[in-house]
Amino acid sequence: MTKVTMTEPNTNQVYRIGIDVGGTNTDAALLDSNLHCVHKVKVHTTADVNEGIVEAVRRLLQESGVNGAEIRYAMLGTTHCTNAIVERKHLGRVGLIRIGAPATTAIPPLAGWDESLRTAVGPHSYIASGGYEYDGRKIASLDEAEIVELANRMKGEVDAVAVCGVFAPVNRDQEKRVGVIIREVLGADMPVTYSSEIGSIGLLERENASVLNAALLQVIAGVVRGFEEALNGFGIHAQLYICQNDGTLMKSEYALRYPILTIACGPTNSIRGAAHLSGLTDALVVDIGGTTTDIGVLVQGFPRQSSAAVDIGGIRTNFRMPDILSIGLGGGTIVRLDGADGVTVGPDSVGYDLTTRARIFGGDTLTTTDVAVKLGRAVWPGTNADAVDEAVCHKVDAVMQQSLEDAIDRMKTSADLVDVILVGGGSLLVPETLAGASRIIRPDNYDAANAIGAALGEVSGESERIYSLDDWKYDDVMQDAKESAVNEATAAGANPETVQIVSVEDIPIAYLPGNALLVKVKAAGKL
Amino acid sequence: MNKAARLTTLDEQAIEYIAIGAAVLGTGGGGDPHVGKLIAMEAIRKHGPVRIVQLEELDDEGLVVPVSMIGAPTVMLEKIPSAEQLTKPLDLMERELGRKVDAVMPIEVGGGNSLVPVIAAAQRGIPLVDADAMGRAFPESQMVTFHLEGIPCSPVAMADERGNSALMHTIDGVWEERMARALTVEMGGSASICDYPVSGAQAKQSAIGGTLTLAYEIGRTLFEAKQEKLNPVQELLTKLNGHALFHGKAVDIRRRMDGGFTRGEAVFEGTGENKGKTMRLFFQNEFLLATVDDQPLAITPDLITLLDQDTGMPVTTENLKYGARVTVAGLPCDDKWRTPKGIETAGPRYFGYDFDYVPIETLVLKGGAAQ
Repeated sequence: MTKVTMTEPNTNQVYRIGIDVGGTNTDAALLDSNLHCVHKVKVHTTADVNEGIVEAVRRLLQESGVNGAEIRYAMLGTTHCTNAIVERKHLGRVGLIRIGAPATTAIPPLAGWDESLRTAVGPHSYIASGGYEYDGRKIASLDEAEIVELANRMKGEVDAVAVCGVFAPVNRDQEKRVGVIIREVLGADMPVTYSSEIGSIGLLERENASVLNAALLQVIAGVVRGFEEALNGFGIHAQLYICQNDGTLMKSEYALRYPILTIACGPTNSIRGAAHLSGLTDALVVDIGGTTTDIGVLVQGFPRQSSAAVDIGGIRTNFRMPDILSIGLGGGTIVRLDGADGVTVGPDSVGYDLTTRARIFGGDTLTTTDVAVKLGRAVWPGTNADAVDEAVCHKVDAVMQQSLEDAIDRMKTSADLVDVILVGGGSLLVPETLAGASRIIRPDNYDAANAIGAALGEVSGESERIYSLDDWKYDDVMQDAKESAVNEATAAGANPETVQIVSVEDIPIAYLPGNALLVKVKAAGKL
Repeated sequence: MNKAARLTTLDEQAIEYIAIGAAVLGTGGGGDPHVGKLIAMEAIRKHGPVRIVQLEELDDEGLVVPVSMIGAPTVMLEKIPSAEQLTKPLDLMERELGRKVDAVMPIEVGGGNSLVPVIAAAQRGIPLVDADAMGRAFPESQMVTFHLEGIPCSPVAMADERGNSALMHTIDGVWEERMARALTVEMGGSASICDYPVSGAQAKQSAIGGTLTLAYEIGRTLFEAKQEKLNPVQELLTKLNGHALFHGKAVDIRRRMDGGFTRGEAVFEGTGENKGKTMRLFFQNEFLLATVDDQPLAITPDLITLLDQDTGMPVTTENLKYGARVTVAGLPCDDKWRTPKGIETAGPRYFGYDFDYVPIETLVLKGGAAQ
């Protein structure tokens, strides 16, 4: 482990802290100006997540000897918001105005929500007049008196308001106007979530995501406050950033408005960290933990996004999420022998109990770690691999290798070989070669890739719009979409000089005239 | 499938199953049944379960009207229809024909349109016929069994969500497709439509019966296979007397826009017993032609559907990605499509593929399917 010892503050160094709160562990890393990892720690995630964060920061400072005053940036990736939705805890009451009538009335808001979530957000969901066509034409005008009346009904009974208009990703004027009216009625402090800032085409999914976002505003406010207090307690007065699930950061002020974008930031932090540690921009990242292996795809330095609708706590949403394939294979995965010949690997795991239940520790359960140690792939001092049968291990190894190779193949976009970066504590399971991989890279600090990824610091912006190629030249479409994405990135805090386009996607839309093209562009730049 | 097992009412569970089955019968296209499912759920929550009737139960003199949505699936995911627009074309139809509609039916059982008529049935308290006019999904509105038998599509009634509506008299289904499509564009890319108003007798003669039950059974089979940890693909093929044409992995997908449709080709590398072989699937929204080593193994109007090897869930042309492990399954189409008019309307040459139609059973015997 690298350790920097300093006797006095080095004014040339600008340190940053990255923290990734996972379900089991809270990882933290300290990076210097050159983004080198100076120190890293791993602590158990506590029931009160903030305690784990405080402990991680305390150890980071103490063990590295770095003065808290020298830390300029602090980044946090957290599962708070996911947990709040899954456990239906701490969610705020949300007023929803769908700007859709006369369209959309065949399906009411929150259709498909279960009773507990519905109860959590409360009864104030309405469909008001308005909405646009795919080409930005108006379907119906806003009825401002109607919005005032709906806002009045919400008085004192909602903590935040979500607004979702038909084709708002194409034209957001009506959503913005409704926001203004809501604040006139409910006060300038009433938080408003605009669907056009949350999700893409697909009204119901975007509306769901917007309501969840609004319901999470108090949760994220608690996270940011807790993080601030934790840092201040150590004399750290840094600019705070929160990790998003596309591998970029948002300023804490921005996070206070878009908490839902933090969901699933853990895997993306690992992917970004793997990119940084390996120096690669295009590769598959295999993150092996104790229970699961998460495989993501690194495209031009960022995680590939999923194109499918994603369920969060049973709610169908369509805001961007990383494209991650999870398989039940980790360092604690249980191996079973069935009869004469076969072996079954997982999907269950011994989890925390590895060091008591695994065979090499004298336990009675055969795990993948036993196999890795027996096959000489890993050395675990003070353990005894004699109790493990080598022939069985070779069989298990073949099964693990096959399932990893299958999973890797599933995530590829072509038959070409790809580089595979291995990160996470369980990565010792993997053999030196895998079918479909051109190289297998195990970077230094692989076990802290998530915290390092959190600390890297790029901020992004996106643009999504349907263009008609009858009215636009293709090159002009791309130019327009790119400019819009760059502007968004700059607005989110990126240094304009460093902003680059990181992904461009165009999807032709069937059955529409004028060669309609849905164009999505993402740009990102350094802090 | 025996008649006793056919659906008699539509409740929430049935709607769940039909939505899955409709995606399988959508043969890669037909739009996402999710919106249709939520519309139907809301309708029966409001008005109570819907009664399902079989073709045989229809009064010969009764009036049966198909209700569906026309337009871009992407638009329908965003501009959800209004409750009113889904019954308005029925009003127009009744005014034009001077009588009440006795039952509604889906025009196609594949994809989103399978459940769209539920709202009209629920609201008016009239039954939904366990039948459709495709037995699958097809991209153009003349591709219905009514067209094959020369039943006029007119009058055609359309409505948008604003309150605009139109009544058309077109000389045939091909003209209907052109005019309805043009109007749909003006209506913002999606509209509701009633066409081919038929008598009970005509429905008995020309519609394909039992298809909602079929979709229901497909959904139920996949759901139960998952519950009981059985192989869902195998369970489904057994149930449907379907053919596993190929087990493979998607290695190349090419899509292009052509005349407002997504056309293209997907290439699959064989796995398991098909190792070393290559299957090509050609599509225009729906999968229309499957070849192995340039020899056709299934041809439109027979059904070609992609099932995820692990879950048995259908994979659409839009969602198909490199690396997907699928079983390409083939199902014989209804005999109505195997007539000269059927082949002319929805056979390979209509879609520009240079093959003659050969029934899937013959091709499978000749070429040897995956099993």
